Amino acid sequence: MTGAAGPPLAGATGGYGFTVPVLRLGDVLLVTLQGELHDGMAEQLQHDITSRIAGSRVTGVVIDISGVDIVDSFLGRVLAEIAAGAGLLAARTVLAGMRPAVAITLVELGLTLPGLRTALDVERAMELLTGDPRDGERSP
Amino acid sequence: MHVSVSEETAEQQPAAHQVSAFLERRREQIAQRWADAALFRTVFTVSRDEAVEAGRAVAAALAAVAASGRLEDIRAAGFEAVRDQLGRMAASRARTGTDPDGVAREVAALREPATELLRAEFDDPNGREALECVVALTALMGTLRLVVMETTVSAGEEVIARQREQLHEVATPVIKLWESTVAVPLIGTLDSARSQVVMESLLDAIVAERARFAILDITGVPTVDSLVAQHLMKTVAAARLMGAECIVSGIRPAIAQTIVHLGIDLGSVLTRASLADALAYALSRQGVEIAPLRTADPAADAGVR
Repeated sequence: MTGAAGPPLAGATGGYGFTVPVLRLGDVLLVTLQGELHDGMAEQLQHDITSRIAGSRVTGVVIDISGVDIVDSFLGRVLAEIAAGAGLLAARTVLAGMRPAVAITLVELGLTLPGLRTALDVERAMELLTGDPRDGERSP
Repeated sequence: MHVSVSEETAEQQPAAHQVSAFLERRREQIAQRWADAALFRTVFTVSRDEAVEAGRAVAAALAAVAASGRLEDIRAAGFEAVRDQLGRMAASRARTGTDPDGVAREVAALREPATELLRAEFDDPNGREALECVVALTALMGTLRLVVMETTVSAGEEVIARQREQLHEVATPVIKLWESTVAVPLIGTLDSARSQVVMESLLDAIVAERARFAILDITGVPTVDSLVAQHLMKTVAAARLMGAECIVSGIRPAIAQTIVHLGIDLGSVLTRASLADALAYALSRQGVEIAPLRTADPAADAGVR
């Protein structure tokens, strides 16, 4: 049970001296991305998240990208991979707080991130993961 | 290029200078004659003095252009002084329902009085010198006509551009239908520029209203082809990325058939027949139900009615 008893903050430095915090809030992991995510950091973050899920009884992951100005195909792929990895460990991933400009750019690039759940902000994402289970199954 | 132009102007110089001198000398008479011409008479209906004043200004501008020797140049500096005035005159004619063709004819009618006066200046109206001057004045009047037309057209283009912008803003309102539910009623053809505006205003509204559901109503869209469908799908995808569920409503039977015939796959898009159905879906997903009020006493119910 490293997630519960271990340090509350696991860092992904990736040699850049910058940390992506992974916070645990009850049954949910909260990851807040800020600015750019480099290759090394992305790899470290993926590893951190999956090991935290495996080591604890986490049922959901919220990735907050409200502080991200640009989402390119690389970050899109990383997010999809994190979601797929979490899915294998029976945790649902929600992408929260995307800005309108980022959404428009992604759609113009053809990156619609299928299979990723989305929410307006972290509050809605937590609602989605902990609240009404009917709301959690968002499919047309 | 530069050399040939200066040579040309040098060649026409004597006639152009004579025309310039004539326009200066006879400005008053020309203005008086023009005040009776259709163009000035119909624009300045209130006072004849005003028409004469405007005629004087135009004649002075023509004299300045002739003096510079650039008879065929609609960008000649001499025209700048009257460009605004000519634009106002052309606009005033356009407001009264005169088409550009009519305005052009009215400007052309200004040539005759001027050339008549010019001929009268010469002892021999059919002499070589007189003819050269008349040709120069005719060229100048032709240029004036072009200046008027150019002013008219550019004014029209400005109006069109401004209206296009207004149309984009006006035609894409985002309406809040319920808590966390917004709708965009789309009216008219959906092109790339408009769909961009729709997408931006919808996403901004999703943030502002904290919307969970966004309804795109295409009742007012006359036709749906593959391009329009692509725009719709993009908007739906962008709304989903923002965490809102998007519903496309108002698909008329004919449009539904067109979509099927074109083989467009809208499988990833949630669709409903009418805006009411879409709203009902959004409400039911939020656990809201709309039902008729039920009162315990049927008599009281009747009394209310």
